[in-house]
Amino acid sequence: MSLINLEKVTVAYGNNVILKDFDLRVEKGDLVSLLGPSGCGKTTTLRLIMGFLNSKSGKFIFDGKDYSNIPVHKRNFGYVFQSYALFPHLNVFDNVAFGLNLRKVDKKEVGKRVSEILEIVDLLDYEKRFPGELSGGQRQRVALARALVIKPDLLLLDEPLSNLDAKLRVKMRVEIRKIQQELGITTVYVTHDQEECFSISDKVAIMNNGIIEQMEEPSKIYNYPSSEFVARFVGFENFIDLKLVSKKEASYELMANNKTSFIVDNLHINDEIQPTKGAIRPDDLRISNIGLNEGTNTISGQILVRTFLGRDYQYEVKTDIGIFIVNHEALKVFEVGENVSIYFPTDKIILVK
Amino acid sequence: MNNKSRGLKIFAFLVYFFLLAPLVIIFIASFGAEKSLVFPPNGFSLKWIANIFKIEMFRKTFLISMQLSVIGTIIALILGIPAAYALSRYNFKGKGFFNGIFLSPVLIPGIVLGFSLLKYLVIYSKLDIYTSLLIGHVIIIIPYIIRVISSSLSNFDYSIEEASMSLGANKIKTFFTVVLPNIRSGVIAAFILAFINSFNNVPISLFLTGPGVSTLPIQMLIHVEYNFDPTIAALSVLLMAMTAILMFIIERTLGLSYFAK
Repeated sequence: MSLINLEKVTVAYGNNVILKDFDLRVEKGDLVSLLGPSGCGKTTTLRLIMGFLNSKSGKFIFDGKDYSNIPVHKRNFGYVFQSYALFPHLNVFDNVAFGLNLRKVDKKEVGKRVSEILEIVDLLDYEKRFPGELSGGQRQRVALARALVIKPDLLLLDEPLSNLDAKLRVKMRVEIRKIQQELGITTVYVTHDQEECFSISDKVAIMNNGIIEQMEEPSKIYNYPSSEFVARFVGFENFIDLKLVSKKEASYELMANNKTSFIVDNLHINDEIQPTKGAIRPDDLRISNIGLNEGTNTISGQILVRTFLGRDYQYEVKTDIGIFIVNHEALKVFEVGENVSIYFPTDKIILVK
Repeated sequence: MNNKSRGLKIFAFLVYFFLLAPLVIIFIASFGAEKSLVFPPNGFSLKWIANIFKIEMFRKTFLISMQLSVIGTIIALILGIPAAYALSRYNFKGKGFFNGIFLSPVLIPGIVLGFSLLKYLVIYSKLDIYTSLLIGHVIIIIPYIIRVISSSLSNFDYSIEEASMSLGANKIKTFFTVVLPNIRSGVIAAFILAFINSFNNVPISLFLTGPGVSTLPIQMLIHVEYNFDPTIAALSVLLMAMTAILMFIIERTLGLSYFAK
């Protein structure tokens, strides 16, 4: 059985339903990220696990026990807030020692454990400072140390890096992953930053409108999203409506609205879903002068807009089945208004529901 | 300098003059040598200040006023802090109504409040004078407590409360270890403001004082009715000094901007 089991949980504020019959399973020792646009219910899920809010229905089973009605202060979970929520009236040492003092750990042991954890987060010389005297990155590390020092059964992180600058964010996320693995602590991480969560998670759950659209290893989600929402989220900008014509071993034949046929033969077609759309990234489309390429997986169109991205030019190409976004190396430049054909490589199209 | 800003300067001067001149007059007159309160005084003497301490009723009522204000303020804090906390932390039905109820004592004329308290506490409930005074004072200062504490809670980051609970503290423990220390300055300000208001109160005390139990402001009123010597001016100067010192403490601990919010 998984460590965390959320079973058919519903959370609502009045008539505003945030989570409906929500299920989530997290294995012991894993770092699982909840990723999604704001308002998708990811923070709600985290707060529900911590016990800051109650569900209308459903169960939260933790380590085989029903935690649904256990109050926050008896859960022994560590929670890191987006705003860090350090105690302004206590110095770094007392902030970190707060949880230990509540557990009636003896003074000597408190000193030892606080020093140990401050060493891990590299803040050993800051014990006497107050939160107001620390930089954002240091506060973040104090918040992390404070949550970790109580040896929580579960670590919950609510966008812990969103208030830091880009460079520090990258450094800290590696740090968090390192500490998480060293201590082997099961972690649920909420973020809206795709790169951040893909880089450190064992599994990522993409959330939308209170449901998990897909939950898998980051590389699977990145390469083989199963729904249009997830595909858009991970950078598939082009979608074609497709109808299934025939199905062979590891290869599908489909047809677009303008009767162009498409072959898709990547090996990761999800058999369980009824594909209605093909998705492809701008980088994977091939653009060429009209006439060079014709037949299956190819459509023709006219360039509407050209923008310079550095290594590539990006083109918006208007075709009779919609507008496609194509990146092409800056070595060969196409002009606005030019007629071109676009080729969809058979192994780069992903079928989504 | 143009005319407009000169006009403004004169205006500001006049405002300050009319605000402060009576106080200056009292201050100077309290050092007069004559037997009645005159301005400008003839001669200089400290005997009126000394005289305050000779009048036993002043000593007695000063102690009662002190006791009443300190105990009343503490009771009002005990009632007002949780009320202010609930009003700013939670959204509930009738929140506006409760807000109104708690602030109404400052809106109702003191004399009306004083009279109704007399009717219900002393005449109807037959409480003794001291208890009635205490209840009356608590009622008039609670609005100040709620107002000041609410304003310090308005910048309070409630996520630290959740942080405390996530670390293992229950709600009550969280209130005392995390919430209270962080609104400490507000509590001090509320205490001082409520104390001054209680100590200086006339309209409520006027109705509730009775034989043997009186407050200093009431005793001063009585004194002025029969004597017109500078003792009362000297006493006023001492009370002003006390208020000024308390305000100075607030200014030093919080800054007066605290009340401008």
